[in-house]
Amino acid sequence: MQQMEFKVKWGMVIDLDKCTGCGACSVACRAENNIPPMVDASNKLRTTDWMNIYELNNGKAFPHFEVAYLPRPCMQCGKPSCSTVCPVVATTKDEEGGIVSQVYPRCIGCRYCMAACPYHARYFNWFDPVWPEGMEKTLTPYVSARPRGVVEKCTFCHHRYNAAKEQARQNGTDPLDLPEDAYIPACVEACPSGAMVFGNLNNPEHRVSKLAATKYAFRLLVRLGTDPQVYYYSKRDWVRQLGDNYLQKELKGGEHV
Amino acid sequence: MSEREFWPEGVERCELGKFLAWLGFISIFLLWGLYGAYKVLGTGIGVTALDNYFGFGLWITFDLAVIALGAGAFFSGFLRYIMRIDELKNIINLAVIVGFLCYSGAMLILVLDIGQPLRAWFGYWHPNVHSMLTEVIFCITCYCTVLIIEYVPLILENRQIAKNRFCHHLAHNFHVYMPLFAGIGTFLSTFHQGSLGGMYGVLFGRPFVYREGFFIWPWTFFLFVASAIASGPAFTMLCATFMEWITGRKLVSYETKKLMGKIAGLLLCFYMFFKIIDTYAWANGILPGMGLTFDQMYNSAFGYGKTWLWLELFWCGVIPAIMLVTPAVRERPALLYLAAILDCVGIVINRFVFTVQALAIPVMPFDQWFSYFPNWAEWSTSLMIVAYGFLVMSLSYRYLPIFPQERALNR
Repeated sequence: MQQMEFKVKWGMVIDLDKCTGCGACSVACRAENNIPPMVDASNKLRTTDWMNIYELNNGKAFPHFEVAYLPRPCMQCGKPSCSTVCPVVATTKDEEGGIVSQVYPRCIGCRYCMAACPYHARYFNWFDPVWPEGMEKTLTPYVSARPRGVVEKCTFCHHRYNAAKEQARQNGTDPLDLPEDAYIPACVEACPSGAMVFGNLNNPEHRVSKLAATKYAFRLLVRLGTDPQVYYYSKRDWVRQLGDNYLQKELKGGEHV
Repeated sequence: MSEREFWPEGVERCELGKFLAWLGFISIFLLWGLYGAYKVLGTGIGVTALDNYFGFGLWITFDLAVIALGAGAFFSGFLRYIMRIDELKNIINLAVIVGFLCYSGAMLILVLDIGQPLRAWFGYWHPNVHSMLTEVIFCITCYCTVLIIEYVPLILENRQIAKNRFCHHLAHNFHVYMPLFAGIGTFLSTFHQGSLGGMYGVLFGRPFVYREGFFIWPWTFFLFVASAIASGPAFTMLCATFMEWITGRKLVSYETKKLMGKIAGLLLCFYMFFKIIDTYAWANGILPGMGLTFDQMYNSAFGYGKTWLWLELFWCGVIPAIMLVTPAVRERPALLYLAAILDCVGIVINRFVFTVQALAIPVMPFDQWFSYFPNWAEWSTSLMIVAYGFLVMSLSYRYLPIFPQERALNR
């Protein structure tokens, strides 16, 4: 499959050595993107959490036991497994910036994209959203609320990207050459430990591209060929090894590919 | 006019009261399913046991299974009208009705399964030409139309309807052009059977189902076509036998059944040969390339053990293939029917593991296995489709001349 190249490629680096698993990113995401609260959220396979946080551990006993927390937004894959399979072009990767879109009014709810995504980054609206009385006044006006029967996912707060481009046009600057921090998603803004860095991966001046190029950066499941735009960062070997699947013989010396 | 005069000429049917009681029994399942459908459409798919991990479940497995088993229609039509195997005229009407029921039933299930059924036409309006599912939508809807066209002349052949000159001539003309529809049906059905397999084969994020292939088609494309035509004729033959068992009348000669068994057997041998090679290449090529092992694809603690693999490939694959191509086995009805059942079960298992097990396997190293078991809403609606099949088949059997040999066989 031909992969589209973009002048601007928005990406994220999440430092797993700094992430405390506090969940602020997840909460900020829910508030920003109008994700309704669930009456019963006990079934975690039914909850909608665009920024799901996984707990990782090194599998060793105390005192060598270690944990790491891995926030997982949509990977905005360079070669998305989801958009190519959608029968109705309801999810695409064709806009400058390289964000995988999700067109709610067009989605037919077949869930083929969910079956395709190995990161479980896509969520289905099993019921119509119900907002507790008064809460509807807090909805973000720039983000569509989704009806039941459609799939949704993280969009890197695409409405903020639109707003930043609009601002650039008003300022008379190039909307495709935004300065660092002119556009950041809600999760990155909310992270209290500074574990999340966001920017243009194709701009060597942006911190995100510098961090992504270090030897401690890694991406999830790159062996599958998805080419994600979300990077993780850790100086711990065992954390980096959990980024992908390796055969025993490939793990000699604790190195990762 | 008595109800008897609607029966095909020269055949016996049960009393009307008994028949109505039978329809009443079927209606229990229809009503239960209708209630399930009402809850699904009225409340949302949340009433099922599906979740964000298992976006596909019983419904998709059911769809793929009945579409594969319904392949008897297009393949028998191909052999009868294109390859001119005359013996199949004795069972072709049944094959058409079974095919129609399987495809229309699958489409009814899809109405429930997609979250926004009113947008189903978007598949035509906003088609993604790169998606195998788009091709499936095109071909299944078109082929269902072809099956309706093939079914209509059978309805028009009802003894009373045929008295109308227009209906009589219309049915005749439909029959004249039937080879054309059989050809169109063969083309459409081959492609969507393949695309259903291709749907899984292209999922490079799902190691259990991903396959390389030829040009744009993963190997699963060809394997799904082969498995469908290997099981479809066997299923049609089993339907005839089941109807004989229920009605107590001979409907299709054993010679025709043996021929269907032989066709299924030869195709099953062909399919199993390539399926085993495919499984070997997957385990030793694709999986290691993804950093995974064969053992990691199975987990009996969650209900996805290697038992399924053995059942699918050996007990319901190799064994029925050998049985069906052995003339001595085909001579013994019990063994012929057993082999045909195993053949069909094997294909259903194949569709199940490709649909559900593929999703149960954790791909991220820190992810975990989960189990899925359908709930009442999925069972009731699936059984509703089975009941719908029984209803249409019961009416067709009672009032339409489906079986050309029936009179002679029951003298």
